[in-house]
Amino acid sequence: MLEHYLGLFIRAVFIENMALTFFLGMCTFIAISKKISTAIGLGVAVTVVLAITVPVNNLIYNYLLRDGALAWAGFPDVDLSFLGLLSYIGVIAAMVQILEMFLDRFVPRLYNALGVFLPLITVNCAIMGASLFMIERDYTFAESTVFGLGAGVGWALAITALAGVREKLQYSDVPEGLRGLGITFISVGLISMCFMSFGGIDI
Amino acid sequence: MQTPKEVLIDPIFNNNPIALQVLGVCSALAVTVNMSTTLVMCAAVTFVTTMSNVLVSTVRNRVPSSIRIIVQMTLIASLVIVVDQILQAVAYDISKSLSVFVGLIITNCIVMGRAEAFAMQNGPWLSALDGFGNALGYSVILIAVALVREPLGSGTLLGYEILPRVADGGFYYTNGLMLLAPSAFFIIGLFIWGIRSWKPEQVEEPTYEIAPNMQYKEAM
Repeated sequence: MLEHYLGLFIRAVFIENMALTFFLGMCTFIAISKKISTAIGLGVAVTVVLAITVPVNNLIYNYLLRDGALAWAGFPDVDLSFLGLLSYIGVIAAMVQILEMFLDRFVPRLYNALGVFLPLITVNCAIMGASLFMIERDYTFAESTVFGLGAGVGWALAITALAGVREKLQYSDVPEGLRGLGITFISVGLISMCFMSFGGIDI
Repeated sequence: MQTPKEVLIDPIFNNNPIALQVLGVCSALAVTVNMSTTLVMCAAVTFVTTMSNVLVSTVRNRVPSSIRIIVQMTLIASLVIVVDQILQAVAYDISKSLSVFVGLIITNCIVMGRAEAFAMQNGPWLSALDGFGNALGYSVILIAVALVREPLGSGTLLGYEILPRVADGGFYYTNGLMLLAPSAFFIIGLFIWGIRSWKPEQVEEPTYEIAPNMQYKEAM
């Protein structure tokens, strides 16, 4: 049983990496990877939000939205799954807001370090994407917790790696048109190729 | 003040959402493996961006600014739900192969970014043009990437064979890399290089200049 969860975690971190295999969270990934320190802060924030929202959305889907889920309230025929997208984004926005207030009150140092990135996490596709993948693959509550955590760790790993590469790239002589955005895309491509070598791992 | 024509045309090459503003890369790349899903995705994004800009711009004077993000999110999410339901009803296969990426239009930064940056300040008509123009800029990049990936990756375009594959008795060895994630990054990177060589004013300033070679005497 433990092996199953470990395998799921490893898969979410390396093989099905949110940023490098599914291109999720790309806007923030490219825009906020100039310095390693901010990249790590953002990575931690995304991991926390993912580890909370995916299981919460899993509960909402299983007990409120899915076909026949409202049987406990006396409505066995109601199918609210079309409301899914709206409720997931609502949960994510609310979670980010709560996390922001919590950090501001209890961990002000981390709050100041993250600054403007915290509210931006709401529109990070990686968060929404993980919730949608969880629905599509029909994970249980425990599985979705592990998956959310793994997806977050994978995303944090990827953005830290890219920030490291970009910090060094500043000193190199890049052709004019490729400077900045262009070379960043190509570096991401190369990192993504490296991550593909994890492909065969199976636990 | 921009003229309506500029609002419509500018985002295509001069201020492209993907190549210059770095918006909307997220849900874009994974769908470009073949042309038909790409076209459906472009149509969906065009519809959502245009409509959300119109709606946001219509309600912009009635919404207090403290809750505007939530209002925008709700409007966008409702539009995406409409698109998602229509796709599932009309083109179920394509909807399946797009999987989660239709839902991810909600968090597509282009939609949110344009609503926030343009539709909050301008009237519905101009906002509609701006949304449409930005969606066109997005579509141009997506279609260009798909035009490279599908023929080189599987020898077909829109499902029709254009490069006969070795496996079917033709001459073309398919390039497996084109079907995988990294190729999309390379193609977009090269595409940005192309646009910036054509329009040099978009080139970014280097963070550090390379110092000119020192004279022999100074080096001593």
